[in-house]
Amino acid sequence: MDNVIRRRTLGARLGRATLYAVLLLAALFYLLPLAVMLVTSVKPLAEITPGTLLSLPREPTLVPWAKAWGEACTGMRCEGIGVYFFNSIAIVVPAVLISTAIGALNGYALTKWRFKGSELLFALMLFGCFIPFQVVLLPMAQTLGWLGLSSSRAGLILVHVIFGIAFTTLFFRNFYVAVPTELVSAAKLDGAGFFRIFWRILLPVSAPIIVVSVIWQFTQIWNDFLFGVAFSAHNTQPVTVALNNLVNTSTGAREYNVDMAAAMIAALPTLIVYVLAGKYFVRGLTAGSVKG
Amino acid sequence: MSLTRSAARPTAGSAARRSHSGLLQAWLPKLVLAPSAAISLFFVYGFMLWTFILSLTNSRMLPSYEFVGFAQYARLMANDRWWVASTNLVVFGGLFVAICLALGLVLAILLDQRIRQEGALRTIYLYPMALSFIVTGVVWKWLLNPGLGIQAMVRSWGFENFRFDWLVDPDMAVYTLVIAAVWQASGFVMALFLAGLRGIDDSILKAAQLDGASLPRIYWRVVIPCLRPVVFSAVMILSHIAIKSFDLVVALTGGGPGYASDLPATFMYAHAFTRAQIGLGSASAMLMLGGVLAILIPYLYSELRSRRHG
Repeated sequence: MDNVIRRRTLGARLGRATLYAVLLLAALFYLLPLAVMLVTSVKPLAEITPGTLLSLPREPTLVPWAKAWGEACTGMRCEGIGVYFFNSIAIVVPAVLISTAIGALNGYALTKWRFKGSELLFALMLFGCFIPFQVVLLPMAQTLGWLGLSSSRAGLILVHVIFGIAFTTLFFRNFYVAVPTELVSAAKLDGAGFFRIFWRILLPVSAPIIVVSVIWQFTQIWNDFLFGVAFSAHNTQPVTVALNNLVNTSTGAREYNVDMAAAMIAALPTLIVYVLAGKYFVRGLTAGSVKG
Repeated sequence: MSLTRSAARPTAGSAARRSHSGLLQAWLPKLVLAPSAAISLFFVYGFMLWTFILSLTNSRMLPSYEFVGFAQYARLMANDRWWVASTNLVVFGGLFVAICLALGLVLAILLDQRIRQEGALRTIYLYPMALSFIVTGVVWKWLLNPGLGIQAMVRSWGFENFRFDWLVDPDMAVYTLVIAAVWQASGFVMALFLAGLRGIDDSILKAAQLDGASLPRIYWRVVIPCLRPVVFSAVMILSHIAIKSFDLVVALTGGGPGYASDLPATFMYAHAFTRAQIGLGSASAMLMLGGVLAILIPYLYSELRSRRHG
């Protein structure tokens, strides 16, 4: 490769320039919607007229953000999406922690304490990653009713844990498979028990996969809409459902700047996580496809 | 691996025979896995069966257990809206998968040419994947809105006759879903391909170069065939996303105009939850499951085969 690149003829330089131009154009395609969303969210409504999609605001304002957070109408109620933002947090945090903890223990048991049928069990559980959730919606609604958890945050947490452990188990199982078994066998000979080995040997090396699992579950559950819309009531809705209601509420004039501010608010948590820990995010995304 | 495994087994067995606590230790892994196994059995397999049973009944507002055989499936087959939704899924899914693959592959190959700021570009290409489909839908609805979005902007540049009103055009609305979904997922496919490219042995490339093959030829004949497993997983993941697409439709087109851009997922939700047609909704959910299985089973089959041979 080296000598090819070093021979910098005019043609090669032109090729190089085209290459960068194409890549930058692609970057523009991906960035533009976010930029438009951000710019629109700080424009006063008067500045939103045909043809001003890309213009910068003349009088930038945070009023749309404040309105989206605290007073915009989502369906019948007009209290902004702030309340629902906290609903999402109240659902996401326990669901992520519980599903990650269960996934870690499952992955550990499946790899370091293999027994007859453990591989089959893993395969059976893995199938939960692939089903279209439409196929569980109706029975789930009825089961949540029997459990007295209809339209509650606890119910949504339960649903997200149930359908999250297939993924978290997959992550931890594939990670622990690569951890040398000799260490565990030696500890077993020394009489160390199941939880002691997990605590002392596996957990200390698990930091990267815990991050992957937490980020994956956080993004999935924060961005969930299907379960949120099917199993929540107006006071327990997650932010995605509230955002959709806000945008589709037909009372009064359309305030596009408020819509965009609300979309930004709903998008920020996962965007921040992506910017801070993109590497782990990508690893989670590819874990399902590139099996360990 | 097989050596260490066979060495570990007898020791675990003899440790278990040593004492009662050892016996408990031998059962602990199974006890730990039991709740998850039960959850999977009940909430995944049980619910699938349950939905199948519902699809055989005449349930409307509430589940009833009056069996009507496959009548709901027959109704589904005679339902115009279901055919629109299924056709849309084929169009949307096909274009979405094809464009994501093409765009992802091109971007990955271009990024693999020792680009300055590669990390930054990668980050930019991939960030939409972190967003909710609802956010994506809301943003693209704004961009594609004929009155204030891209159409109005291009017209204000002097192209008075420019038309880009797919969002409100029943024949074109489904393509707006393709645009938004490609925007969201193509960066991810790029990341998959880039990882695949980085995994190719350099010596193969060097050998091809020594033979005097040109760069495009090397990519076409040597590199891209090496990426076949990546293509395979990407197709799998993308078709899976396509079949499950629900939020994007709700936020971007609402299935409209009319039901012109409905997908099976929105069809199912509308009938099961808002139109009091639980039986029909269940039947459509079962067909969606069938669609996923039709993709999944060949994938798993080839995956297992390649593992056995490799």
